[in-house]
Amino acid sequence: MTIATESARPHHTLWGDAWIRLRRNRLAVAGAIIILIIALAAIIYPFFSKYDFASQDLNAILQGPSSAHLLGTDELGRDVLTRLVSGARTSLMVGVFTQIIVLGIGMPIGAISAAAGGWVDNIMMRFVDVIYAFPDILLIILVRSILGGSIYMIFLAIGLVNWVGIARLVRGQILSLKQRDFVTAARVFGGSGGYTTMRHLLPNSLGPVIVSVTFNIPRAIFTEAALSYIGIGVQPPTPSWGAMIRDGYNVIFAAPHLVLFPAIAIGLLMLSFTFLGDGLRDALDPRLRR
Amino acid sequence: MTRYIINRLLWLIVVLFVVSLITFILMHLVPGGPWDKEKTLAPQVVEALNKKYGLDQPIIVQFGNYLGGILHGDLGVSYSFQDRNVTDIILQGLPKTATLGVVAFILAILIGIPFGMAAALKQNSWIDYLSVLFSTIFASIPGFVLGILLIIILSVELHWLPTGGWGSVQQIIMPAFALATLPAAFIARMTRASTLEVLRQDYVRTAQAMGLRQRVILTRHVLRNSLIPVVTVAGPELAALISGSFIIENLFSIPGIGRMFVNGVFARDYGLIMGSVLFYAFAVALINLVVDIMYAVIDPRIRFD
Repeated sequence: MTIATESARPHHTLWGDAWIRLRRNRLAVAGAIIILIIALAAIIYPFFSKYDFASQDLNAILQGPSSAHLLGTDELGRDVLTRLVSGARTSLMVGVFTQIIVLGIGMPIGAISAAAGGWVDNIMMRFVDVIYAFPDILLIILVRSILGGSIYMIFLAIGLVNWVGIARLVRGQILSLKQRDFVTAARVFGGSGGYTTMRHLLPNSLGPVIVSVTFNIPRAIFTEAALSYIGIGVQPPTPSWGAMIRDGYNVIFAAPHLVLFPAIAIGLLMLSFTFLGDGLRDALDPRLRR
Repeated sequence: MTRYIINRLLWLIVVLFVVSLITFILMHLVPGGPWDKEKTLAPQVVEALNKKYGLDQPIIVQFGNYLGGILHGDLGVSYSFQDRNVTDIILQGLPKTATLGVVAFILAILIGIPFGMAAALKQNSWIDYLSVLFSTIFASIPGFVLGILLIIILSVELHWLPTGGWGSVQQIIMPAFALATLPAAFIARMTRASTLEVLRQDYVRTAQAMGLRQRVILTRHVLRNSLIPVVTVAGPELAALISGSFIIENLFSIPGIGRMFVNGVFARDYGLIMGSVLFYAFAVALINLVVDIMYAVIDPRIRFD
């Protein structure tokens, strides 16, 4: 008996196992740390900064990095570092809120489609196909123009267009899980449809959904930056990295740092999320479980 | 095979119909109209303009008229470019968008496949690590950001290339490269993975046992077989490249279809919006169809019926 217990593999839950594997992945950890630092800076920095993201100082325009302004000033004399950090807040909000909308629409539609089957499934999935065929940035711009106004409408516009990926994913997950023995067992033991869906189907499809969300966040962040760059995203004075690039581009020869810093910020944040997503994908794939 | 293609083409028509219907409804929901300019027009003038262009009719009738026009190859009139029709404007932007897309795609293949192959053939060497590192980075940083970095380095600092515009070879280098990095990264990853897989196959070992020269094995057995999965990523990447060109065109001031769409949205130029959306949807769907057919050509094991 003792030998058997000693040689037995220590018990880990799926999530515990995933957590151990994620911590071993250096790039994923680095990505998570960078995201945390950017998020903390976005929350805390405004309390420490001498400057406000909207306050102008026309005596100090287009300055390069100095001790007073660590990343210099823009064409209106605003502190670039302060604006960059506030822009991070905008970007992270876009990332989080769009995904809440995406999950709120995509998961129920995918689950209903898979559960209902038949013509309901058929119509829903054909609709998803059509949205897929749409060039998504164009659709987002159209929806954005209709909704107009505030930053929340940008979240809504991106969310309303991007949910189809999750819907497809959840549907596929549930359809394949339905065939599995443990789900059949749950049904045989008298579990109702609602019970098996909530207890077995949704929790087991959660892994791929989390991975997909982690990859969707940088896409949403980039979409907002692109919209703001074109001039139909976040409205001034709210800082956005895309809008900073747009404003700075007019004076790129005089002050390239105005474009350089927000561009690097976008790249760094997107890269961090992708590294984290790669790590999560590897960590949550049950086939890799040891 | 023929039946498959016909089915796909029919589905394509359905998709385009629904896409145009959705776009039509959405763009009429956008507040404001094509005549809202800096100076307000007299109500009588607006009324006359609406009547002239049929904008006084119910939306559904307008949509019917529009579809009727499309069947004759007429995408309607542009309201912001007076006296010009959308078909002409699209045809003027098309060569620019298409050239940019094709050049970027060729670039992506020329970068992606050799790097992926080299990484696989020298697995766990420095070239492998370098190629994996670069493909990971380039797969997650948007071409837009790379484009900006290129402009700052090559235009602002070194004065080697112009920041944008269209017409000369110098002007296409940066946008094409910015557009190519993302698909190049995916193609490199895919080539590496599939080459590694093919190298482990029995027929490769057989060829080696028969004493064939390494170069013959590589070109005749490894390359051909490892490229099949690459086509599966390259196709969607080409489609993504076309819609990705939208933001690159705006960054590099290229007067392609992506810029026209933005101008159209700002000017509430309904015809221009419809024309550019339909172009993108059509191009993406067509590329996907061609790619699916190509699978069958490359890999005789795939059959559609």
